[in-house]
Amino acid sequence: MLEVQNLSMRFGGLLAVDQVSLDVQEHEIVSVIGPNGAGKTTVFNCLSGFYKPTGGTIVFKGQEVQGKPDYKISRLGMVRTFQHVRLFNQMSVVENLLVAQHRHLNTNLLSGLIKTPNYREREQKSLDRAAYWLDRVGLLDLANRDAGNLAYGQQRRLEIARCMVTEPKLLMLDEPAAGLNPAETKDLNQLIVSLKEDYHVSVLLIEHDMSLVMDISDRITVINQGRPLAKGTPGEIRQNDDVIKAYLGEA
Amino acid sequence: MQDLLYFSQQLINGLTIGSTYALIAIGYTMVYGIIGMINFAHGEIYMIGAYTALIAITGLATLGIAWLPLVLIVALICAMIVSSSMGWAVERVAYRPVRGRHRLIPLISAIGMSIFLQNYVHLAQGSRNVGFPALIDGSFRFGSSEGFQLSLSYMQITIFITTLVCMTALSLFISRSRIGRACRAVSQDLGMANLLGIDTNRIISATFVIGAALAAVAGLLLGMYYGSVDPLFGFIAGLKAFTAAVLGGIGSIPGAMLGGLILGVAESMTSGYLSGEYKDVVAFGLLILILLFKPTGLLGKPEVEKI
Repeated sequence: MLEVQNLSMRFGGLLAVDQVSLDVQEHEIVSVIGPNGAGKTTVFNCLSGFYKPTGGTIVFKGQEVQGKPDYKISRLGMVRTFQHVRLFNQMSVVENLLVAQHRHLNTNLLSGLIKTPNYREREQKSLDRAAYWLDRVGLLDLANRDAGNLAYGQQRRLEIARCMVTEPKLLMLDEPAAGLNPAETKDLNQLIVSLKEDYHVSVLLIEHDMSLVMDISDRITVINQGRPLAKGTPGEIRQNDDVIKAYLGEA
Repeated sequence: MQDLLYFSQQLINGLTIGSTYALIAIGYTMVYGIIGMINFAHGEIYMIGAYTALIAITGLATLGIAWLPLVLIVALICAMIVSSSMGWAVERVAYRPVRGRHRLIPLISAIGMSIFLQNYVHLAQGSRNVGFPALIDGSFRFGSSEGFQLSLSYMQITIFITTLVCMTALSLFISRSRIGRACRAVSQDLGMANLLGIDTNRIISATFVIGAALAAVAGLLLGMYYGSVDPLFGFIAGLKAFTAAVLGGIGSIPGAMLGGLILGVAESMTSGYLSGEYKDVVAFGLLILILLFKPTGLLGKPEVEKI
């Protein structure tokens, strides 16, 4: 469903991403790994429309999306999280999920003022969906807490829930396990697999936690210094000499 | 007893003026909360609201309609519609085309907008004071007939009640409604709200429109209270309301309400106990003190550096 060909991103004299290609099929978890500064997040920023790539094509569900603004890309069903948590901290947990469904609740001001049956029904539906996902990520008890007051691991899960209420086709997670303890990482692992198995969402993952990557990825793309280094299944990547060299340095 | 009555009189006058400052200040604070910029044409929008209300009242009088509640409601609705359209237009003309540029650029285009609107009204309505009919007459009086009499006019009561209704409606709108929710999300993280599929342009327009509608309410109320309007009507009121918004903490809606009331009371106490000449000195002196010692205002949150 996502096909990236020869993606390049140049910042002045710095070629941050050089001819990277990758693809994500339906119901698949693909990971992008690489040493710090390899250009993984830059790839993400190009895909999600934060940067306008200087070369290459990005095709999502048969449509070329490179250079399109971020909100258009997210409306096509490609949503992302960030390395640092970006919740609406002064809004409650449930409001964070409701506001993400704003677009789906497309009603006008008048029907909101007089609360037509149609409006109520949609409000109720989005509330139900929010409650469902809060329950799914184990935050239902905290629904009325301010998002900013949640523990870090809870904020991470809320972010994923907020992506899921928008009913995406492709979920892009930028280091979701960063800062989580081993138990939380294990929960996250199960959650991501379940998103694929139970909700038929494809996942594109950037992650440094190798145990997580090796456990859940169907395929892995390795980038080093902006250039593609290797591609393959977790088993193949583990054996790849180039990858070992890039991570451990030349002997 | 005399002293207490005199003090209460100043307090009532201050709260009356202060609550209208608060109504105007909300427009500044909401726009700042969302796009981080001051809408310098807001005072003019308030002035246009007052003029529109006056035109509507005159028009109804010519038609021979004199039933007070009807006149007030029609004037209010006309003022709100015209001012809201102006607020919407200001955003489209002076802000949206230059959004994302250096901060000074929209500031200058907004000042240009303000000068344009002021001069347009000069041309269209003349530059002289125009009398505003005092539709709501009479007052309650307390105190002995020989000493100081405390007066609470029906107009002042109208101002309190209208302001209270508007503030309550606004608070409910922001906290409960779907658009209010989106407004809060956009003000916290515009980029993220955009990414989640919220039409941020519409939300930004909505804040200009809501602010302008409240300014129109203030325009009608203050027009009747002062008894006249002129094209510079919005200038000082705009500055005062801006001061109120900064005093309470720019970006915070409860802050704008509190700031307006404090400023109004401070002014009327100065007029009452010192001299009317000093009231602007005190108002803007207060602004300088706040900026020196608590730049985030009374209820504002410290600016967090966004990464």
